[in-house]
Amino acid sequence: MKRQILTLWVGLLVLVLVACGPQPTAPDQETTEPVAETPVDTTEPSVIDEEPLPTVAPTETAVPAGGTTAQAGDLLQRILNRGNLICGVNGGLPGFSNLEPDGTFSGFDADFCRAVAAAVFGDPEQVEFRPLSTQERFTALQTGEVDVLFRNTTWTLSRDTSAMDFGPTTFYDGQGIMVRADLGATTLQDLEGADICVQSGTTTELNLTDNFRAQGISFNPVVFEEIDPTYNAYSEGRCDAVTSDISQLISRRTTFEDPTAHEILDVVLSKEPLAPAIAQGDSQWRDVVSWVVYTTIQAEEFGINSTNIEDFFDTENPDIRRFLGIDGELGAGLGLSNDFTVTVIQRVGNYAEIFDRNLGPDTPFNLDRGQNATWLNGGLLYSPPFR
Amino acid sequence: MASVSEIITRPRERVHAVKWIKNNLFSSWFNTLLTVLSSALMYTILSQLFIWIFTIANWRVIAVNLRLFMVGTYPLEQIWRLWLCVAIGTTLLGLSWGIWPHVVSRVAMVYGTALLLLALAPFGVTTRIWLAGCGALVFVGMLVGRRIPDAGRWVALTWLVFLPLMLILMRGFGTFLPVVQTRQWGGLQLTLVLAITGIALSFPLGVLLAIGRRSPLPAISLCCTLYIELIRAVPLITVLFMFQIMLPLFIPGGESFDRIVRAIVAFTLFTAAYIAENVRGGLQAIPRGQFEAARALGLNPFLTMSFIILPQALRIVIPANVGQFISLFKDTSLVVIAALLDLLGIGRSVLAQSEFLGLQTEVLLFVAAVYWIFTFSMSHVSKRLEQTIGGGNR
Repeated sequence: MKRQILTLWVGLLVLVLVACGPQPTAPDQETTEPVAETPVDTTEPSVIDEEPLPTVAPTETAVPAGGTTAQAGDLLQRILNRGNLICGVNGGLPGFSNLEPDGTFSGFDADFCRAVAAAVFGDPEQVEFRPLSTQERFTALQTGEVDVLFRNTTWTLSRDTSAMDFGPTTFYDGQGIMVRADLGATTLQDLEGADICVQSGTTTELNLTDNFRAQGISFNPVVFEEIDPTYNAYSEGRCDAVTSDISQLISRRTTFEDPTAHEILDVVLSKEPLAPAIAQGDSQWRDVVSWVVYTTIQAEEFGINSTNIEDFFDTENPDIRRFLGIDGELGAGLGLSNDFTVTVIQRVGNYAEIFDRNLGPDTPFNLDRGQNATWLNGGLLYSPPFR
Repeated sequence: MASVSEIITRPRERVHAVKWIKNNLFSSWFNTLLTVLSSALMYTILSQLFIWIFTIANWRVIAVNLRLFMVGTYPLEQIWRLWLCVAIGTTLLGLSWGIWPHVVSRVAMVYGTALLLLALAPFGVTTRIWLAGCGALVFVGMLVGRRIPDAGRWVALTWLVFLPLMLILMRGFGTFLPVVQTRQWGGLQLTLVLAITGIALSFPLGVLLAIGRRSPLPAISLCCTLYIELIRAVPLITVLFMFQIMLPLFIPGGESFDRIVRAIVAFTLFTAAYIAENVRGGLQAIPRGQFEAARALGLNPFLTMSFIILPQALRIVIPANVGQFISLFKDTSLVVIAALLDLLGIGRSVLAQSEFLGLQTEVLLFVAAVYWIFTFSMSHVSKRLEQTIGGGNR
């Protein structure tokens, strides 16, 4: 019995130590920049990934010192040292990010991850996708588990001010509402007393309530945890209407038995600009992510895509020469190579190519460009000048 | 009671099928009505189901993504390591079959045959060779096991060593076996790793907690009781949520604390509390006389516990513990809150493939079938184990 007691005491002691150990650090964790804590963990896997321990050891000792003050450019350097970009994605959103049968990720968001990797490493495959659930995505960003979040995240003020920064919008979405055509509804007023299917834990649910309350319409929310059950319930007649991002409604409608039996009302319940998020406090890394997104937009504006880019190498247009890094030192300012735009366009494509590949007419989603056209074509995509 | 039922059943075995049906299904007008109604109901449901399974369902979503469902994104060039784990597992299963035929014979036979049959399916050549090899190893193991019936202790020990070995093989080390990060684990492989490690770790912890709770020392028993009651008062998903989402915020170096390890720790701590209560029930069922007899023989408390009390107590609680393990196996699907790509998580991601939108019925049915195979095997083996070592007859 003595021996048992001893082992039990040792076990308990360990438990107590584990339980109490982190507590003193927890408070100052919250006050310091979230970026500051990333160094320790993100370098760890690289130790395992590539064995040359000696090269990693110095960075590890150097990083905590720099980390406490969250110097700009920290994260980019760490990503370069690590040798791959860790990109947080949804992993289960059709058209945006999902696993393919061969184990790779594909989709609109996944392609933007690749674009960032192409800009940083010159190789779009040096990216590691990390599927994240709705609940843990921001924690993963704050703790440095991911470098950047391309996870259909709506850019809002409260999120922007809570330990993360946003890059430029990659996809302008809006919340819409789909109803059965035989219901004959055309406005929200027609949905008085209707059962509406909605996914919980998203801004969608809040917007729905806000809009209906503002107009004094009563309705009956039917809440689901996941996307699929939400649409299932709607298609089985459990609800009169289903609400979600318009892009999603359109793509889901194509999977219904009779797509013409469902109508998407001509109302927008909310603005949903989906943008990449990064941890707060590293302006250089934020610049990199932002300007990679702008690269794809600007390339489309110039009419440069992955197939014709070589024709532009001998162009006389000074804007394009600067954009492609033939003249000037634009890339160096970001801490990247001067021709990072060329790599992004060649290896991943411009915005139109990324959009069409994942959401365009050749896919089951067949999304209209709509607001996601360039400003020249009446959309909202607008890149600041590359100069 | 047993003799009575034998007397009744013996003549029935000789009874003609028609007579059996008449006696059992149409013995009275009420039974006839019930039989007709229930078979009509079964026919409507089952015929619809069969029509759906064989004509409407699009099973291509499973066929195309089979690799994802089995091993997730585990690199293909390293996949032999997983096969090796399966091969070792099947060999051990075969050996166990030879040594303890009553316990695992059916499961081993079904698994072995299934593997051999699967080898006939149109997979790649290497896959089929591995399948056939693993299937054959079950039977070879059985033949070897029969020859060495005394090796039970060694086989049991190998089962124990197998677990860490399996994890090492899967993860790899040094230059010889390139490291496969746990984030590349997925599908059935991840589900099994979570369940098996969870079971293997929570059992000893649970036993310790049970003994601790009955300890005469108030400090120990209080701590154990507090732990058990605290964990049992909290839903599993909360524990998982705490470990997956809150913990990284409190512990510096969030990522160094692997997400899968976090999940395993959460499952272990949770299940251990329940196991502890099950085992405590077993401990309390042991008559006082056993303790006194052990003391009379001069055994110290440690020896009393390990040689007299625990073997009896654990035998009693096999059914309850297996129930707990089965529930742990199924609960592993809750890691979906951390977007880990376990069997169900892969299903979720596969459903987002643009080619297979809206096929959740097929995917969920497949996932359910895989879960069923494993949980049913577990409960079957536990039933046999119970019968063999006599716990069920007490």
